[in-house]
Amino acid sequence: MAVVVDRAAHVQHRQAVAGRAVRRALIHAVILFGAVFMVVPFAWMVGASIKYPDEIFTYPPTWIPRSIRYENWVEAWNAVSWARYFFNSAVMAVSITAGHLVLCSLAAYGFARTRFPGRDALFMCFLATLMVPGQVLLIPQFIMMRWFGWVDTYWALILPSIGSAYGTFLLRQFFLTIPYELEDAARIDGCTRLQILYRIIVPLSVPAMTTLAVFSFMGAWNAFIWPLIVTTSEPMFTVQLGLSTFRGAYGNNDWGRMMAATCFITLPVIGAFLVGQRQFIEGITTTGMKG
Amino acid sequence: MRVEGRVAATSRRARFRLREEWVTGYLTVFPTAAFFGIFIVFPVAYSLWLSTLNWDGMSPDPVNIGIRNYQRMLDQPLFWKSMAQTGIFIVGLVPVRMALALALAVLLNQKIRGLAFYRTLYFMPVVTSMVAVSIVWIWIFDPTWGVANWILELFHLPTSQWLSDPNTALPSLIVMTIWKTVGFDMTIYLAGLQGIPTSLYEAAAIDGANRWRQFRHITLPLLMPTSFFILVTAIIGAAQVFDQVFVMTQGGPLRSTYVIVYYLYEEGFRFFRMGYAAALAWVVFAVVMVLTLLQWKFLRRDETVA
Repeated sequence: MAVVVDRAAHVQHRQAVAGRAVRRALIHAVILFGAVFMVVPFAWMVGASIKYPDEIFTYPPTWIPRSIRYENWVEAWNAVSWARYFFNSAVMAVSITAGHLVLCSLAAYGFARTRFPGRDALFMCFLATLMVPGQVLLIPQFIMMRWFGWVDTYWALILPSIGSAYGTFLLRQFFLTIPYELEDAARIDGCTRLQILYRIIVPLSVPAMTTLAVFSFMGAWNAFIWPLIVTTSEPMFTVQLGLSTFRGAYGNNDWGRMMAATCFITLPVIGAFLVGQRQFIEGITTTGMKG
Repeated sequence: MRVEGRVAATSRRARFRLREEWVTGYLTVFPTAAFFGIFIVFPVAYSLWLSTLNWDGMSPDPVNIGIRNYQRMLDQPLFWKSMAQTGIFIVGLVPVRMALALALAVLLNQKIRGLAFYRTLYFMPVVTSMVAVSIVWIWIFDPTWGVANWILELFHLPTSQWLSDPNTALPSLIVMTIWKTVGFDMTIYLAGLQGIPTSLYEAAAIDGANRWRQFRHITLPLLMPTSFFILVTAIIGAAQVFDQVFVMTQGGPLRSTYVIVYYLYEEGFRFFRMGYAAALAWVVFAVVMVLTLLQWKFLRRDETVA
């Protein structure tokens, strides 16, 4: 009797184990299939960037090039002034990121750590600006840029994006969690408010600041419609504009060089992401949600 | 006497502290407030004024035509077409993207090995620029040489003309945008899932609830705030779709991918009808606002029922 029960339990256990293994395998298969779908376009891009033209126009397509033509990269790089575009994009993205870090940390300190009349109403107004979609600002801001004589300058690329309601909100939420005792202690030691902010609050908020920096930089680096509108001369182009124009100029036939150009625009960003991906994804999961 | 003096001194110090606090508060908030005033509040008001003008953006004396820009819009077939196509884009994109993201997040949340690795792969398209991936996808969608048709043939499915056919161009843009954005939603869903206590599932399992019922009665309701957040941001983002249209189709073929922001861009920056374009922007603004408020209301009601 006991043996029978024992065996039944054993069989049941074995079935459960097998069932779990099958389920695991199925889950892996589905996720892997999706992951392949995610990666295929990048693989295709890199592959095509080093193919000879006759191999690009082959069907069925080849994934690993039969012979390598690295000159695509050299020719694509020399075709237009990419170095200049990279420089412009870097100036724009670094300035906007720096602006966000400074302005948002100041405002966040004010909202999180001081009390003054109208504070909460003002904070609501800040948040309300998040509701304004970009296209409403496009035309009036463009006309303002003309008033100031800033069309086709760095000012136009940078200043209209130098503040961020999202960043202020993000940092404020983080600053709220820092214990007041630290601030009081610093004040007794004779620190001014500004010193408290930059010696105590900011160093304790590195995760939030990093998240904000990454988002600001990525947003500015990938921005398209605003640079498209406010730059008129080729030396002011950003990389995204350069790429779009490159495609316009080289059309639909020169896919090897086209893909090479796309590679050197995207691979640095992907590389940076792979290096910092932990920080980056944690940033999204901790901050994206509190909205 | 001594006590009173001390009280007076403390309250004086407190008042000083308070005033010092006010000054600090205003000073720290001021730069960003000034920024918002100059670059958001003023332009919003100014664009409302612009939307009443007949102006090419250059001439020194624009003519005020009241609400005629808005009236004119209603007579433009291309306006309605763009609105409808933006609507199709939203409806085709957002539910699929959210459902896929949720499914992937639930699967990834099963404590499987390689979570970080998979998450990274799914997130790669999110960090790359829309312009760059648009160019790659033009080539993927190429009807003769592209990978898209090759994959369809692999599974013995009928091939497509993708971006070259007015019937499939917009769906092709939707497919590409799902690929670009699903990783973002998935990451946020994963964070939401990790916030659900496992004890709830254990209790449900003891009560004999199967996996589907657990998903239906625990996961879905507790993910409501996450879903709401994703829904609102996804709709606002989709309503503003521009980059991929500009790079991949330029609104074509046969204007089948004209969406509202592309229409606005053409009117404002190619035909220089600034007043008309500003009016368009306001209509989009209003529609997005109404949509957001409706969802908000809907969610509120849902919460009170639950």
